[in-house]
Amino acid sequence: MLLSITGLSKSFPGTRALDNVTFNLEAGEVHALLGENGAGKSTLIKCLTGAYQRDAGEILLNGQAIHPRSTNEAQDLGIGTVYQEVNLLPNLSVAQNLLFGREPLRFGMTRGRAMRAEAEETLRTYGLDIDVTRDLGSYSVAVQQIVAIARAVQLSGKVLILDEPTASLDAEEVRMIFEVVRSLRDRGLGIIFVSHFLDQVFDLTDRLTVLRNGQHIVTERTSSVDRMQLIEHMLGHQLEEVEEKARSARGSEPDARPELLRFEGLGRRGDVEPFDLRVGQGEVIGLAGLLGSGRTESAEIMFGARAAQSGTARDADGAIAIDTPRNAIAAGFGFAPEDRKTDGIVADLSVRENIILALQASRGWARPIPRSEQKRLADMFIYRLDIRTSDAEKAVGALSGGNQQKVVLARWLAMNPRFLILDEPTRGIDVGAHAEILLLIQEMTAEGMSILVISSELDELIAISDRVIVVRDRRHVAELTGADIDRDTIVRSIAAPDAADGKAA
Amino acid sequence: MNARTYPLLATIAIFLIAYAVCYTQYPTMLSTRVIGNLLTDNAYLGIVAVGMTVVILSGGIDLSVGSVIAFSGVFIAVILRDTGLHPLIVFAALLFISTAFGAAMGGLIHSLAMPAFIVTLAGMFLARGAGYMLTIDSVPIDHPFYEAIDDAYWLMPGRGRFTLIGGIMLLSVLVGMIVAHRTRFGASVFALGGGEQTARLMGVKTGRTTVLIYAFSGFMAGLSGIVFSIYTGSGYPLATVGTELTAIAAVVIGGTLLTGGAGYVFGTLVGVMTMGLIQTYIVFDGSLSSWWTKIVIGALLLFFIVLQKGILHISQTGGARPAESR
Repeated sequence: MLLSITGLSKSFPGTRALDNVTFNLEAGEVHALLGENGAGKSTLIKCLTGAYQRDAGEILLNGQAIHPRSTNEAQDLGIGTVYQEVNLLPNLSVAQNLLFGREPLRFGMTRGRAMRAEAEETLRTYGLDIDVTRDLGSYSVAVQQIVAIARAVQLSGKVLILDEPTASLDAEEVRMIFEVVRSLRDRGLGIIFVSHFLDQVFDLTDRLTVLRNGQHIVTERTSSVDRMQLIEHMLGHQLEEVEEKARSARGSEPDARPELLRFEGLGRRGDVEPFDLRVGQGEVIGLAGLLGSGRTESAEIMFGARAAQSGTARDADGAIAIDTPRNAIAAGFGFAPEDRKTDGIVADLSVRENIILALQASRGWARPIPRSEQKRLADMFIYRLDIRTSDAEKAVGALSGGNQQKVVLARWLAMNPRFLILDEPTRGIDVGAHAEILLLIQEMTAEGMSILVISSELDELIAISDRVIVVRDRRHVAELTGADIDRDTIVRSIAAPDAADGKAA
Repeated sequence: MNARTYPLLATIAIFLIAYAVCYTQYPTMLSTRVIGNLLTDNAYLGIVAVGMTVVILSGGIDLSVGSVIAFSGVFIAVILRDTGLHPLIVFAALLFISTAFGAAMGGLIHSLAMPAFIVTLAGMFLARGAGYMLTIDSVPIDHPFYEAIDDAYWLMPGRGRFTLIGGIMLLSVLVGMIVAHRTRFGASVFALGGGEQTARLMGVKTGRTTVLIYAFSGFMAGLSGIVFSIYTGSGYPLATVGTELTAIAAVVIGGTLLTGGAGYVFGTLVGVMTMGLIQTYIVFDGSLSSWWTKIVIGALLLFFIVLQKGILHISQTGGARPAESR
């Protein structure tokens, strides 16, 4: 065994990113590491490359325990990484990038010609015959990726981690990269391949490991898994009770609700194909699909965070403008984005300030909300949403993930929206808070608000949705209501063989 | 051809065209006399601009150099006036001080993760203030050694003088070119300018490199101060106010990207010479206000900023084709 990881755990304030994870890698294999966002893939990789220090667990490389403390140390140990964004310098030449820090010297000066020859020779073994004196930035991303791989292999040479290396490549370029990866595998390297393109996983890898919510779910030979099973593994299965309850409670008359909003032909090239969507009063719509399927893009277009290239939105009174978030907010929309830490909360501001943020923004700076009113609002939501904080002045960054999410919800509830979009509202939240947030969603809709929920947790969608839209390959492919909303139907819709099989993006 | 050489070529082309225009109006401008004076008059600026080029290539900026030059002049003048030390010993002491001063600023920039702008701004006031502490007057330098240096020149054919300080300037450019383009340190400088995070991932010792960069700039500023004291024969704490900005302008006109990561030390020499040429033209003309120098320099700066944005745009949109593979 080239690399073996046992009992790996890593926590961050508010989340347990890795929980007792096992992973192993043999020399001469390509091993896929799979999971939705927040599953722990990148945390695992960062523990391997020394970017994070693990809390517990053991990492053995060739039987020796290792504790990399920095990327460079991991490199010296033999673990090299290539990221989705090429981590080389576009302003230096290909040769300089390839040999950076190892330039051939004479009298302390670099020997340009020797450097060029060495770089050319190295790249030729990767099937690349290019002018190495040109700036790296003048070449395509695929070429840059191959240079990055060549550099990583030269520096480390035992384990190669490919972290979504194909995310921005077209099919031909993916083929180029794969050829390189296969030849490295045949040379005896152990390769960890992270990707959310399942086709590529089936095409390239020998074994696969699935993580979900920081836990190891399964490790299998790729050839013995089928697509349906794999998706089942990746999407969660946690809330069976709630699911049962929801199914029995769900009414059989889907169209009884008065229509609140109607989106028609909304789309944007490269993000999501034009789609129609009706939103009923007090309805919960679930958006199901894998990462990269266009689910988040759909939501951002509806909120104006991404400009739609076509389509209209209207309510009972006629057309409404949703071309910018500002207009969408004015139209009574709210949006709690996927990445709470970067797009949702302002970590350094207090709970109170975060809650009144959107409300104040819509009033304009000239009409500040009186401090006493702010306090009243904050206290009310802290009570109503049961936000666990010592007081309203505590910085939001110090709260747990679930409570941060409640603060984001409170911010939008303070605006009293009619249509609220929640992108992965329960990501990285512990089980207790998870259930509370689902309850909150039900309460809010009972008061007449309509909610669109995007989630990787199928059970969650099944539990709360009145209607589920399935998104695949940037298209809305299915709409399920009533008794159709169950695991099998959704998974089948997501997994249905797609026309663009083998295509990368 | 690499897109990043375009600004350098543009710089050289502009210099040659400008020289041709000057020549058609005043044929005497193409003489060793004018060329010799161009080198001598701009020696201190050229030296300090070499240091500034390395700083800007790394994505930083050094606002302290103008003050350091003034401090150097005052330091030399006062020590020579009050003690019997030989100027060469004073020079060595001064270079040590200015290099250490630069290194200290580099250390602060790295360890405090502060913008270079702020730290070197503080350095600018400190060095200027230190000059005032030594004297508030202009102190003449009266030393046989200085007279000897003043007489040290090579009379070129055509009676132009190639002075020692002009030679020092050209030598500094040469050293700068080797350091920036042919050493591992130089590669690290470009790496920092390309992106600090990436540079660190590629194994650049960012702290050490930052300290060295500003130490180099400090050394060049001290050397420039020595040259300036030889050029003016005095030390005055109010001298060279704003020279740091002139140096930055010369670097940018020389084709170096102000945000770092791309450029050539040789371009800086051409930039300095271009600015000197404009000045000389105005002197030859005699009727133009010397403020025209500033206006032309301003226009040139704008031109280069636009040019570089354009090149950046081309290299980002035109370079994304996979045609080069295989």
